[in-house]
Parts: sequence; structure tokens; C-alpha cells
Amino acid sequence: MLLSRVADALYWITRYLERAEHTARLIDIARDLGLDRAAAARPRAIERLYSGLGLPAEGERSLIHMALFDSSHRNSVAACVMAARENARQVREEISTDMWEQLNDLFLRVRKLQESSSGGRTHYVSRVIVEGVHLFAGITDATMGHSEGWQYLQAGRFLERAATTATLLDAFLVEKGDAGPAALDQADWVALLRSCSALEGYCRRYTADVRPERVTEFLLLDAECPRSVRFAATRLETALRAIARYTGHPSGGRAERLSGRLRASLDYGQVDEILSDDPHAYLTSVSRQCAQIHAAVYQSYVAYSIETALPA
Amino acid sequence: MPSPTRPQVVPAPASLTAAHSPAGLFAQYDLDRTYDEMFAAPGQARPQYQALLDELATVSLDDLRRRQIEADRAFLTQGITFTVYGDEQGTERIFPFDLLPRIVTAREWDTLERGLAQRLIAINLFLKDIYNEGRILAEGVVPRELVYSCRHYRREMRGVRVHRDVYVSVAGTDLVRLEDGRFVVLEDNLRVPSGVSYMLANRAVTKRVFPGLFNEYNVRPTAHYGQALLATLRALAPPDRPDPTIVVLTPGVGNSAYFEHAFLAREMGISLVEGRDLLVHDTIVYMRTTSGLRRVDVVYRRVDDDFLDPLAFRSDSHLGVAGLLNAYRAGNVSVVNAIGTGVADDKAIYAYVPAIIRFYLSEEPILPNVETYLCGNPSDKQYVLEHLDDLVVKAVGESGGYGMLVGPHSTAAQRDEFRTLIKAEPRNFIAQPTLALSRAACFVGSGVEPRHVDLRPYILYGEKVTIVPGGLTRVALRKGSLVVNSSQGGGSKDTWVLLE
Repeated sequence: MLLSRVADALYWITRYLERAEHTARLIDIARDLGLDRAAAARPRAIERLYSGLGLPAEGERSLIHMALFDSSHRNSVAACVMAARENARQVREEISTDMWEQLNDLFLRVRKLQESSSGGRTHYVSRVIVEGVHLFAGITDATMGHSEGWQYLQAGRFLERAATTATLLDAFLVEKGDAGPAALDQADWVALLRSCSALEGYCRRYTADVRPERVTEFLLLDAECPRSVRFAATRLETALRAIARYTGHPSGGRAERLSGRLRASLDYGQVDEILSDDPHAYLTSVSRQCAQIHAAVYQSYVAYSIETALPA
Repeated sequence: MPSPTRPQVVPAPASLTAAHSPAGLFAQYDLDRTYDEMFAAPGQARPQYQALLDELATVSLDDLRRRQIEADRAFLTQGITFTVYGDEQGTERIFPFDLLPRIVTAREWDTLERGLAQRLIAINLFLKDIYNEGRILAEGVVPRELVYSCRHYRREMRGVRVHRDVYVSVAGTDLVRLEDGRFVVLEDNLRVPSGVSYMLANRAVTKRVFPGLFNEYNVRPTAHYGQALLATLRALAPPDRPDPTIVVLTPGVGNSAYFEHAFLAREMGISLVEGRDLLVHDTIVYMRTTSGLRRVDVVYRRVDDDFLDPLAFRSDSHLGVAGLLNAYRAGNVSVVNAIGTGVADDKAIYAYVPAIIRFYLSEEPILPNVETYLCGNPSDKQYVLEHLDDLVVKAVGESGGYGMLVGPHSTAAQRDEFRTLIKAEPRNFIAQPTLALSRAACFVGSGVEPRHVDLRPYILYGEKVTIVPGGLTRVALRKGSLVVNSSQGGGSKDTWVLLE
């Protein structure tokens, strides 16, 4: 038996951490891209990455700062880590001490970096966050019982991953007011793969010949790449299926069913069809399905109405 | 302590001077007119402390410091911390822990146990009486207006049937020991007494740092407190709920005792809930779980009456459960402690507890009270105003060392402030003589010195009264200080109750 409030907090711990990790990766790639480019091409490349984060485009320096450290910006790394820690603090008793200590340590490090302002250390900062989040995930798996609570941690992580990867891919495939993906050069696609730690995996699969449709296939439909949308959707479904089993909930099937549908459409998706049809609509639909799954989780397990839940 | 007699430095016990550092661990140990827990006279240890002294003779100062560090680390890593209100900065602190145990003999404990049980039984009879027929008021033993003017008196409890007639089932009574070695009751904590987790944690840590000593002593265990509390709560469940669901209700992580709430929930293996986890429908209490609503039968609440139900009490409370009082009145849920018990630990009612014991039990109180002046009585008030610099003045409805004036340690400005307060609201204040709290041996970093202590045992009352042998010995760690509250710079130490 798990309190709804606890399930909610667990779910958000990993959602926030996943978001922090995602942002940190993008910032690092943006920095790297900026260095490789001729000055004229820079703004566009940067802008694209930031639109993947849902941030307004201003200047590079201030953007990096905003995305990393501006606690008042809801999606900044600092704000996400803080929110994850706050959620963990609320359910301190439900997670292992090792998990708490790791998350608290990450929080303290981010705060320290925030104070010392990170001019020129973007790469280092990004590493701290990515490693910190990975460490938390590993400690979670190794020290917490894989019970119902653990499944919410899984669900939060993979739901967030599916949604952010889809949004990012969308930002690359839909070049605003332009000729589409063809307008991007190879370096952009390499950057995209690297931002998902997927370059090496891609090369093993397709060789170093980087082509937009293959990148799209890899990040959207690959079953093994741990940051692909399909991989995330599969894990999400597994977690939600386990939760439905734990709770024996009459309406618990909805979240499970929606996630199963998303997973199946990715299982059987064809990249050439998606690209020749309307990739933007496809990716938007993935994001929308993620939002529906989130709503279903809430409806079934967290914020259900009293009337439906009263014992007959 | 305002010690009229200058403290005299005691020559360290012979057994302790030679062995180690030049001055000896006890070089700064002085005895004054207060009762010393360890020494009966200079150089003459009380028998129950001899084995501890022998052990100390074998360890060096550095070794003790190492053990202190080890102990502090154990508290920190277990997250045994408390929150200090009104402190903007990092609000979580460790409760300072003193290495050396305080030892209570079996004989002393026997008196305490009988006295505490007697007191709690009488207090429960009193609460039942004042919320029902009010015999004690009609007979004028306790003034009616004193009860009805109490801030913690709950009109809503009039005529409510409380299961087993147990209102206070978890009490933490503060005892101090006077010059002559007698324990007296300083105050009763009958609402949501805290600190029992420190009692248990202190024992666990002491076992770790003085493993050998436990072989020398027959110390009665305390580790079963969780089971005892669970049994108490079970006994109080509504009679028609044979397999009750029991929860601990906490105000949340922001509360100073959150660690304890979580700790007790874990010890008992029950859910730790916040107000927002609970809801009331048709006078039944439910908690929101991922598997749907689950009926709750007993709420061990660590939330004050005021915040318990926004419909009945403070409407701005986010900590409580709307409709809880109605569910309670309908007998569908037990709330422990019951609502409205604060009237009995009002510091003005406290003065009447001996009379209450005589009234209901026809017995003499086993544990005496401290002499108390009620500012609500004109003659007492006059005396208090004239003797502010000798007395300890307390606001009747406060706890935790807040709203208190220690006369001998106060400034003229503080006394003026209290003078104004007392004149404005005399009913709200009592005064007691400044007590010579006993002192126990404490490790202070440079050696062993005596510090003032009190004792808070925890008394449970479900089917019957149960007292886990032990308690929280709180220490005023600042030299000379008399205030032992954790929020005011106090610490604590393990308390050993011996089997024989």
C-alpha cells in the first residue's frame, strides 16, 4: 500500500532529474557547436537547441546561464534539481538513505556552482549533473526495493525521457521557415546524437555516415538505444503495468493502455513513412500521448475523485 | 543555578587522578548544594556509578573525544536532527548528545513508575469528569473558571464518549530532582509530547560507544517502545474495528519533530500521513492510496488541537483534516491523544494535580509537585510581582521553554516585560521557585563536569498503564544554565534504569 502523495513525489523526483540531465546535455552540446561554427552560423544552431528546451532565444551566455542556474526559470537545471530534492525530502522515509544522500549531494554541488558562477566551465557543470543523475539512478536500483514506489520512479524517468527526446527531435526536423531537415549540416546531426549519448551506438549500427533519416530512426524507433523514444516508451509501459498490478485498481488500466498504444505505434513505426508524411505531426502526437499518460496516472492513482474511489 | 553557596572544587576521586592526563578527567568537577547524580560527597561515588567510574579510569581524554565524534557522526548520518523555529539559516541540527549515561536505580524507578501511573490515571479521570458531569468543579476542588478559561479547553468535547475513557494515552512527564534527592514533577506534557525517539537513539548510540559497560550493568531495555506504543494504539481503536488501520499524522517535514514522527511510524510499521493524505466522507476517515481510499481507524496525531480540523478549530490550518472532529464524535475513528487534553497540562491546572489525585483516587500523591503560584490569585500575583528575580515565571499554555522568565538569570528589561504581561493577563502566568535541578556528570570536551538535568519518562495508557523503563534525560549543556529544552541549547544523554 502506497500513499498517493508519496507516489506523486516519487514520480516527480525522477521526472525532474531526467529533465535536469537533458538540459545539461543540451547546454554542453550547444557550447561545443558554438565553438565549431563560423560566427554567422552560430545563432541559428544555438536557437534550435534552445527551442528544444522551450527557452526563449537571447544571447548565448545569458541562455547558458539561464538554462543552468536561473532558479526562477522552471526548467533550469538548478530549479529541477531543487524540485527533485524537495520532493525527495517530502518522502525521505520512502527512499533509501543512500539515494537521499546522493540527491542532497547533487543539490549542494549545484548550489555551489551556482554561487561561483560558471564562466567557461559549462562542460564541467554539465558533467557534474549528468553523472550525479546517473549515480542516483544506479543507487536507486541497487538500494531501494523494486516495489510499487520504485515503479513510480521508473515511470517518471521514462515518461520524461520519451517526451523530451521527442521534443528535441522535433526541433531538429522542423527548421522554421526553411527547407526542412536538408538545411542542417552533418555537424548538427552529430551534435543531436551526442546530446543523447547516442553517437557511438549510431556508428556501430549505421557506420559514421550520419544521415537525417537514420538519426531519426535511431532516436525515435530503436529498441536498444536507451535514450530513444521507443526504449523509453517500453520501460514506461512496463512500470505502469506493474503499478496496475500492485494496485489492482479498477480504472488503473487507462495509463497502462495508453502507454501500450504509444509503445506499439513506435514498435511498428516506419521511419520513411513518418518522414515523408508529417514528422512534426507525428512527434507532436508522441508528446500529446505522453501528456495523456501523465493525466491518466494522476486520475487513477493520485488525484482521483472521492466519489469514484469510495468503497461500494 | 543561582548558587548562594560558592561551588567548591572537589578533589577528584583517588581512583581517577593517577591514571591519565595530569589534571585528571574530573579536575573541574565541583559539587554545590544541588544533588549530584554521581557523587554522594567529594570523592565518594554513589554505588550505581562505580562501574562507570572504573571504566572511565581506563580511557584517556583523547579516547573520549574520539567516542564523542563517533557518536555525533552516528546521529548525523541517521539524520536524527530537529528544526529550530525562528532560525532562517540551515534549520536542521543534531540534538547534542552527552556520552555519559545517567543511571537510575531500580528502587528509584519503582517509585517513579508508581507515581507516574497514579498521576496519569487521575488526570484521565479528571478529563473525563470535566468533559462530562463536572463533579470536581461542582465540589469546588478545582475552580470552574480556571478550567473554562483555559485556552486548551475544548467545548466540542463536552459529552463525547471516548473509548475506554482514556484521553491521554501518551504522556511525557518532566521530573526534576531536588537537593534532598526526591524526584518532583515539574510539568505534565499531555498533548503531543516529543523526544521519545531521542531516548531510543541515545540508547543505540551509547551501546555503540560503551559496549563493555553494558556487561557490567543490568540495564533494562527500552527498544520495545514501538511495540508498546502500537499495542496502546490498537487498544484504543473503535471497538467495532477488530483489525484497525493505524496511522501517524505529522504536520510535515517542516515540523521540528518530523524525524521522530517518521521514526515512530517506521518502528511500528504503519503509515506516516499528512493532513492532505486524509479525508472524511460521511464521518468516516480515509487515506488516499494508489489503490484507492482506505479506511483509517486510529490516528496517532502529532498535530496540535488547533490545527487538527479546519472546520472545527483554526480555519487557516492546512495541516489538519476537514471533518475529523465529526468523525471522532461519531465514534468512527480514535484520535490519540484525545482532543482537549491540553486543559490538564495547563500550568495553572498543574497546581491542582495533587488535589485531583486525592479527589479521584483517595490516595496521597506519590510524586510531589513543585510549589506553584497562580498569578490568577490576587495574593499570589502580588507575591510574584514582588519576587520576580527569584522566581521562574511561565506562560500557562506554552511548552518547549518558550514564554518563560528565569528570574535569577534575567535582565531588568525582561522582568519589566513580564511584569507588564502578568498584569495584563494574570490567568496566563504561573511562577515557581527557581529549582536547584540535580546535576549529572557530563563529558564537556576538556573533561567531565556536572551539568543540570531533568528526566522525561514516557507513559503509555491503552488497556493499562505501561512505562518503558527509561526516559529522556535532558541536559543544560551551558555551564550553570537551567534550561534543558532542545530549542534553547539543551542536549540529552542516555538514561539507564537498572534491573536491581
